[in-house]
Amino acid sequence: MSAAAETLPAPLRDPAARGRLGALVVAIVVLWPLLALAEFKPWRLLDPGGLQVMANFLAGFLPPSTAPDFLALLAKATVETLAIATAGIALAFVVAVPLAVVATRSLAVSRIGPGPGRAAGTAVRTAARAVLTLLRAIPEVVWALVFVRALGLGPGAGVLALAVTYGGMLGKVYTEILESGDTRSARALLEAGSPRVAALFYALVPSTAQELASYTVYRWECAVRASVVMGFVGAGGLGQLMDQSMKMLNGGEASSILLTFLALVIIADALSAVIRRVLA
Amino acid sequence: MSELAHDVRLVSASLVHPNGHRALRAVSLALGAGERVAVIGPSGAGKTTLVRVLATSLKPSGGGLAIGGVDPWQLGVAALRRLRATIGVVHQSPPIPPRLRVVTAVLAGRLGTWPAWRSLASLFVPRDAAAARTALDRLDLGERVFDRCDRLSGGQLQRVGIARVLCQQANVILADEPVSALDPALADLSVGALVAENETRGATLVASLHAVDLALKWFPRIVGMKDGEIVFDRPTAAVTSAMLHELYATEGRVLPQQGVDVVDRSVRRANVVVLKRPGCQ
Repeated sequence: MSAAAETLPAPLRDPAARGRLGALVVAIVVLWPLLALAEFKPWRLLDPGGLQVMANFLAGFLPPSTAPDFLALLAKATVETLAIATAGIALAFVVAVPLAVVATRSLAVSRIGPGPGRAAGTAVRTAARAVLTLLRAIPEVVWALVFVRALGLGPGAGVLALAVTYGGMLGKVYTEILESGDTRSARALLEAGSPRVAALFYALVPSTAQELASYTVYRWECAVRASVVMGFVGAGGLGQLMDQSMKMLNGGEASSILLTFLALVIIADALSAVIRRVLA
Repeated sequence: MSELAHDVRLVSASLVHPNGHRALRAVSLALGAGERVAVIGPSGAGKTTLVRVLATSLKPSGGGLAIGGVDPWQLGVAALRRLRATIGVVHQSPPIPPRLRVVTAVLAGRLGTWPAWRSLASLFVPRDAAAARTALDRLDLGERVFDRCDRLSGGQLQRVGIARVLCQQANVILADEPVSALDPALADLSVGALVAENETRGATLVASLHAVDLALKWFPRIVGMKDGEIVFDRPTAAVTSAMLHELYATEGRVLPQQGVDVVDRSVRRANVVVLKRPGCQ
């Protein structure tokens, strides 16, 4: 080997570069046809005709309705929506937590080694994940339609529909949050003979409490909004009010309802911030 | 649970990591119940892997392990859990969530023996704060018992990890570089606390140590590891300077010692006094 070759080493090649470039190409190749299929043509929003139609539609919403009768109805519906969303999330939490604890890989003792009971453990985890998938795969409005048949019109159906779908969502995301933090602490406890539940509360929950709380509050906010869709199927609350206002083409009432939603989302945000600060 | 210590027997164990790295090659190591041994060797020698295999956290790819005469990998789920509750592991970087309070992190050593309801109740009102305080006092950290772990320095957190194992009252204590983040005086104190568990309670103790002087000072038996193999396994009196220099040949001429490893100069000066080792080398 010549002296020059020894003094000038080959330039460092990042072994990850090829894979990253490949992933970028794949992303473009996959996304482009999807955009075409979805008729993604945002420039058409700016067509003069389209703008005029939208403006007319939005103008119908102003000014927001402040009729006392309507505001009383709005207040009652808001409370009902909050009750549906809160009860729904509470039930969803009860559904989600045990399933998430069962499904979380970082709490699986049998994966250490792997040790005894590994096949059974994998089967149970897979089953729990399958249940979570099934619960959330069916949209809440479909569940609501099912429960309205059984319970009749009213908030009860909405609560159950939220509990089922959001139970699936919370469970899946809880599982992923619990698996994505620093899982060494849980593993260390399991390796010292700690039961699964103790490892959950001494290791995983302390390191993920903010994320868990943040996602739960966010889902509560989603549940408030989802009550619109479910109101359309007679599950009560703001959604039902919205449905009536839209059917009567009363834009002012609709915009009052939308402003109420805005306020609720802002409250949810503030609540989330407070909880995260407390858990920090 | 048995108050007796366990003997530990590793027979021709090998371990290949999933990435193909062979971390242990046919390692045999036998410790009588209540014995203590230090494992030394250069970085990447397999010390951590050895500790993890003994701790039943890695299953050897070949060979066998017996703790208290039982192969842990033949046990059922419940029996293995009970066995693990009697094995205390000090991790090099303590796996403790930053948000936990020190008292909770230390009492977590008891989770293997507590019923689940007691573990959960102890999160709100610490079940045995006095025991946590006692364990911390032995490591000169008693006054931090109600602080949060994210307020601690790396060295303090490492001592919380040691206190957890003291609190666990384990029959077998496995320490993986337990004092790597401590200054010489505290390193000496902390290794002393682990040795006291061995001497007063009779817990079997295996400690991998980066500082050769600490190993020679506190342990009657030294195992030298290199490239996943045991190079020597001798009573401390029979360990020669030549053996040590050969063991660390790849790391230069100076043996890694607690004294020279430490960056802080003021601490290094203190160390000269503390770590005078009688009768070796």
